[in-house]
Amino acid sequence: MKAFTTHTGLVVAMDRANVDTDQIIPKQFLKRIERTGFGEFLFWDWAKLDDGSPNPDFELNKPEATGASVLLARRNFGCGSSREHAPWALEDFGFRVILAPSFADIFYNNCFKNGMLPIQLSEEQIDELFHRAAQHAGYELTADLEACTLSDTHGFSTELEVQPFRRHCLLNGLDDIGLTFEHEDKISAYEAAHA
Amino acid sequence: MTASTDSPRTLFQKIWDNHIVHSEEGRQSILYVDLQLVHEVTSAQAFEGLRLAGRRVRRAERTIATADHNVPTSDRSLPILDQISKQQIDTLRDNCKEFGIKHYDLNDPNQGIVHVIGPELGYTQPGMTIVCGDSHTSTHGAFGSLAFGIGTSEVEHVLATQTLLQFKPKTLELRVDGELRPHVTAKDMILYLIGQITTDGGTGYCVEYTGEVVRGLSMENRMTVCNMSIEAGARAGMIAPDETTYEYLRGRQFVPQDFDAAVKRWKQLPSDAGATYDKSLTFAAADIAPQVTWGTNPGLVVSVDGKVPTPGDFEDATEQKTAAGALDYMGLQGGEPITDLKLDRVFIGSCTNGRIEDLREAAAVAKGHKVSDRVSAMVVPGSGQVKQQAEAEGLDSIFKEAGFDWREAGCSMCLAMNPDKLEPGERCASTSNRNFEGRQGKGGRTHLVSPAMAAAAAGAGHFVDIRDWK
Repeated sequence: MKAFTTHTGLVVAMDRANVDTDQIIPKQFLKRIERTGFGEFLFWDWAKLDDGSPNPDFELNKPEATGASVLLARRNFGCGSSREHAPWALEDFGFRVILAPSFADIFYNNCFKNGMLPIQLSEEQIDELFHRAAQHAGYELTADLEACTLSDTHGFSTELEVQPFRRHCLLNGLDDIGLTFEHEDKISAYEAAHA
Repeated sequence: MTASTDSPRTLFQKIWDNHIVHSEEGRQSILYVDLQLVHEVTSAQAFEGLRLAGRRVRRAERTIATADHNVPTSDRSLPILDQISKQQIDTLRDNCKEFGIKHYDLNDPNQGIVHVIGPELGYTQPGMTIVCGDSHTSTHGAFGSLAFGIGTSEVEHVLATQTLLQFKPKTLELRVDGELRPHVTAKDMILYLIGQITTDGGTGYCVEYTGEVVRGLSMENRMTVCNMSIEAGARAGMIAPDETTYEYLRGRQFVPQDFDAAVKRWKQLPSDAGATYDKSLTFAAADIAPQVTWGTNPGLVVSVDGKVPTPGDFEDATEQKTAAGALDYMGLQGGEPITDLKLDRVFIGSCTNGRIEDLREAAAVAKGHKVSDRVSAMVVPGSGQVKQQAEAEGLDSIFKEAGFDWREAGCSMCLAMNPDKLEPGERCASTSNRNFEGRQGKGGRTHLVSPAMAAAAAGAGHFVDIRDWK
């Protein structure tokens, strides 16, 4: 897995609650058997007009969103289907950090498996970031996982709450399966006891 | 199973304790997985991961596979026209062969939606931990198991280690007291509960459904309830096993050989008297009317005798914005009586409502009626076994005589990965679980309802209050 230490990137704001994984990556793109190449299909039904051309009103299609790598979102981001294709698509598109007041459980977990950092902040902090993103052209945020801080260059700074072990795995790009196999003797013992 | 400790424990806590392989302060616990279900859409990359790392499947006999999401529901003797779907279905077959996993292929009489065939074959049992790369895995919690959806990286983790890294969720008791009113079904109950606690009200929790109503539900109705736990954001939903559970399982193909001994163990599982939940909410069954969703998430739901709300009916700005967006997508103004909404399509099926009792419920309503001229209606059984049973009971004839299309088993228009899908702007009454934008086809407008309500709507061409159906 790709490690995550610190990231500074352009923020794009998506002012919609309950963005579900069906929107992030619609079902017609789930037929691929690869893990890569999903970025071009990200938010397809919102991003494209009926004739297949880009929808100029869609947040990510606006010129000022070009190159964005920090997604600012509303509550319950990533709800619905467990499809890991959703974080694959976000990551492939270029996102490394997602900020929201709350995340759906499976999606949140899937992000950590793909070197992306989902950050949960209070509704007030998220409102403040929406405000700042609207106010400052080219607004950037820095997520520093080593220092556990999120900050901008206009005086915003907050501590990040990331579960220590998840942080450790993300900082070092550790493979879960390898880590679990360090306890293989315990798995075997469990199986022997429950045979 | 380990001996119970002194302090009273919930059903969830007992299953959790019984499956801990290793735990350390501040880390995810390593939880043993008793059963993994695999389907074609979320598994190819997991098998590829194993191959790339030179890993094997640790316990192949603890995994079963079937193709359901992508499969056509038309004549199975014909080739699959969608080549990419075909490749995914073929890849699952090849992977199962390579790794030695039991696979219910397209032409197997037991093929069907994973969450229908697991219980029906007796793989799903009380006290188990069950996972699948599918959020509706919560269905299996109806048997008093801990069952939840996982991502593809985790599918790979389970294949390799037969365990999963998990943080312990909190517990939420949803208690429904009293009795459901006539014509109010389990589907109405779960839609009502999601409407009450909202689409993220269960986030971070494992839900246990309790109360008189739940005790009185059949296994299939319990599955409908647990199935939609994820639509409230919950990690899992569960119902304590009882005689209804044991009677359902008795005699099924893969239940333990010494069934009575198993029942004796399973009887230890229900929450102890005095066990407490992190949160408990109580509802009155008498308050629940037949439900219809009006928006673009399952929590946006009203009673059939109600009206579509307007943004002004909501308090906070985010909710108002959500409501306005949902109305716009759904082609609604707000204020319309639900029974005035005219329909183009009706879909009866899915892991929520594609079982035999669901089809009986719909057939009882459809019998002697004709599908409205303005409606195209389809019935898709949840599995080959359900289809066979329905045909043995003559339900297929009732549906066909009424003008419903009678199909082969699969997920079908619940998520429209196969050719069954809505056209832009079409309005559909669906017994499935998600009304997200585009879920049943780009631009399609989905209203979630019970099988009886869907069948009545097919006949009338608009929603009708099933309590008035003659």
